Amino acid sequence: MQTIRSVTGVLLVLLLVLVGFSMPGTAQQPRSGGTLTYVVTALPPSFDAHRETTFATLHPMKPHYNLLVKFDTHNYPKIVPDLAESWTSSKDGMTWTFKIRQGVKFHDGSVLTSRDIKASFDRIVFPPEGVISIRQAMYQGVKSIETPDPQTVVFRLKWAVPSFLDKLASPFNWMYKAEILARDQHWYERNVMGTGPFKFVEYVRGSRWIARKHDEYFERGKPYLDGYVALFITSRSAMMAALRSGQALIEFRGVSPAERDDLRAALGDRLQVQEGPWQCNLIVAFNTKKKPFDDVRVRRALTLAVDRWAGSRALSQIAFVGPVGGVMRPKSEYALSDTELMKLAGYSRDIQQSRNQARALLREAGVPENFSFTLLNRDVSMPYESVGVYLVDQWRQIGLNAQHFQAETANYLATLRAGTYDAAVDFACDFTDDPDVQLSKFVSSDVSPINYGNYIDRPLDLMYFQQSRTADKATRLQVVHQFEKRLLDQQVYVMYVLWWQRIVPHWRRVQGYTVTTNHYVEPDMAEYWLSE
Amino acid sequence: MNRYILARFMLMLPTLLAVAVLIFVLVRVVPGDIVAVRLVLGGSYVTPKVIEAERARLGLNKPIWNQFVDWMLGMIRLDLGTSMWSGEPVAREISIRLQLSLQLAVMATVIATAVALPLGILAAVHRGRWVDNLVQVVSVAGLAVPSFWLGILMILFLLSVFQYLPPLTFTSFWADPKANLAQLIWPALAVGYRYSAVATRMTRSALLEVLREDYVRTAWAKGLAQGVILRRHALRNALMPVVTVIGLEFAFLIGGLVVTEQVFNLNGIGKLIVDAISQRDYTLIQGLMLLVAAGYVVVNFVIDLVYAWIDPRVAYQ
Repeated sequence: MQTIRSVTGVLLVLLLVLVGFSMPGTAQQPRSGGTLTYVVTALPPSFDAHRETTFATLHPMKPHYNLLVKFDTHNYPKIVPDLAESWTSSKDGMTWTFKIRQGVKFHDGSVLTSRDIKASFDRIVFPPEGVISIRQAMYQGVKSIETPDPQTVVFRLKWAVPSFLDKLASPFNWMYKAEILARDQHWYERNVMGTGPFKFVEYVRGSRWIARKHDEYFERGKPYLDGYVALFITSRSAMMAALRSGQALIEFRGVSPAERDDLRAALGDRLQVQEGPWQCNLIVAFNTKKKPFDDVRVRRALTLAVDRWAGSRALSQIAFVGPVGGVMRPKSEYALSDTELMKLAGYSRDIQQSRNQARALLREAGVPENFSFTLLNRDVSMPYESVGVYLVDQWRQIGLNAQHFQAETANYLATLRAGTYDAAVDFACDFTDDPDVQLSKFVSSDVSPINYGNYIDRPLDLMYFQQSRTADKATRLQVVHQFEKRLLDQQVYVMYVLWWQRIVPHWRRVQGYTVTTNHYVEPDMAEYWLSE
Repeated sequence: MNRYILARFMLMLPTLLAVAVLIFVLVRVVPGDIVAVRLVLGGSYVTPKVIEAERARLGLNKPIWNQFVDWMLGMIRLDLGTSMWSGEPVAREISIRLQLSLQLAVMATVIATAVALPLGILAAVHRGRWVDNLVQVVSVAGLAVPSFWLGILMILFLLSVFQYLPPLTFTSFWADPKANLAQLIWPALAVGYRYSAVATRMTRSALLEVLREDYVRTAWAKGLAQGVILRRHALRNALMPVVTVIGLEFAFLIGGLVVTEQVFNLNGIGKLIVDAISQRDYTLIQGLMLLVAAGYVVVNFVIDLVYAWIDPRVAYQ
């Protein structure tokens, strides 16, 4: 009996060892050393994330900084400590107290205190004259920021902001040095000084950004890498060549299915591909000031004509789009279930019935057969062009003749803002599923400058306001869904086409990387290491 | 001769001034706004107050004539202004890229001239024979194949056969000549081939024309050697149009290699022009266009001087 137990025990241990070795990511311990070279496909405007919106600022520079709290890139959207080691919220949700880590050092050796956190957030929430804080509107609920002692920061709010922590975790909320800000509020626009895992070494405009390890980083043993080089490559073919040759090991935004397949064919086992949903979407905005788009029946007919489910299957083969959804990211905690979604105009699985309804609505609205209008789109092939062509085809099937006009980005934006278009492919990308962020685009155009539909809808504004101040999650969800129903079904001010799907191929020797739902919270450079 | 040089030089100034006015007006006629591209493109909620503050910071809320006067006053002080996109001085933005673009232009010109002159002479001398036909085929192919496409083929060939990709970032020749040439030799070859095709055809046709002149026939009749006739009598006179073509192509290469620079990821002037235009970075566009125009004007000036050197009669006219 004893022998049987011993043999069983040995076998179990062997089995566990074998399982351990066969599971990806568990077998290898992080290895220190090496330089990670990666591609950034756009050029950063300034070095100051408080005033920028682009990943081109985040990807090369974010590793120089820390946030107060951050999204866990391995378990998005969980929020984990960064400079704050812990936090508490008062019962009424009006006061948030953060305890700051001790001994965190800036790259110049000085020690970070709550004064630096306050100075950074003061700049974001209450920017002084002449300073641009682009996300200032996200923090309207903040009354004051206090520092009772060097290790404590207290945020006092005007009302209980339900997603306050998510907003603080914005990857753009870099913590700067108070002393520098006191001297010159614009210093960070062209200089770098943070507490992050990597120190700035060199920037050659339009070419490369080089950084090396911060030896006194507060997380022991991290970062694993000795340094990194971000290569600015704006041409897709050059980016692909860089990845294929190994001159760059990863690009943190994403590639198209065809590009993924090319890399797979060229690199085989040396390549790993991570895919997942993306917090970006393509929508169609209707110019409600122009006939016949001022008529809700016409807008409804246009959304009814589009077979999103078939489109998802077809377009996901050629473009980085896929998931069908409403205003909230599919499968996120705020999203409608497929059953609920199918009750909204344009989401039915019975496309013939929907198109019959669409034709009837167009007749009722007096829109003639073969009515011509222009669909404004960006002249960016991926994924705008594919989706634009698909829409033109879908509308043709209900007797509408849409002309696909692809404009260069600045011209496209100028046309949208001037309100001289008929219908336009529009888009939104963000770092969080928070409804405050996701819905802000759709409140009345006299409130939101990025609402290009030119409509005023006070009930919609009221719902936005209500959800933004409802602490109870279930009630908030209800209001969000009411908002969604009014926007997409009752008024059809816009129509959602498809959400994006991220495809991030990287050389297998890049370890510690997990694809998240957006390219803003990446790269989490302290976590990455090279296996060889 | 000095009066000739002075007259040519003085002509450059009104040309550049006219170009400056034209550029300033044209960039503002094109629809688009840097503030929208920078702040609104991502779809984030940005308040109108922020947008207005940014416009004020960039000076875009001033009347157009006021902006023009500011720019002109800056030009008098040799200050091209600050890039609206990066906040860096325009002169610095340009100087970073100019080194690469100039070197590439020089390399492509050397390659093109080294190929075009012997081939053009060979084709003219052996007119109608197989050598001439071969040169014609090679040069027509050079004209027909876009240099960016040739560049893509080169990259694919190097990657597929040798698993090699030229360096993607620029290293100065003085810092590391090997790395510098490893990056620039491929685009220089791709661009130089097309460039040489143009120059070869021009050399051939110019030389053929000169070879039909009476004084060349006289030289043949005197019994001079072919080399002497070509070198001393024909080539010198045939060089004028060839020099013009080489000069204008050189000026074009400074800012015109937009696609080739993209293919090889070269941080050059062409790429910067495209970026500046797509971002509606007015100050940078103005600086760059002025540079390109100045490039053409200076090259033309140099061509005029070379004309005078090749044919002294030009200076006296």
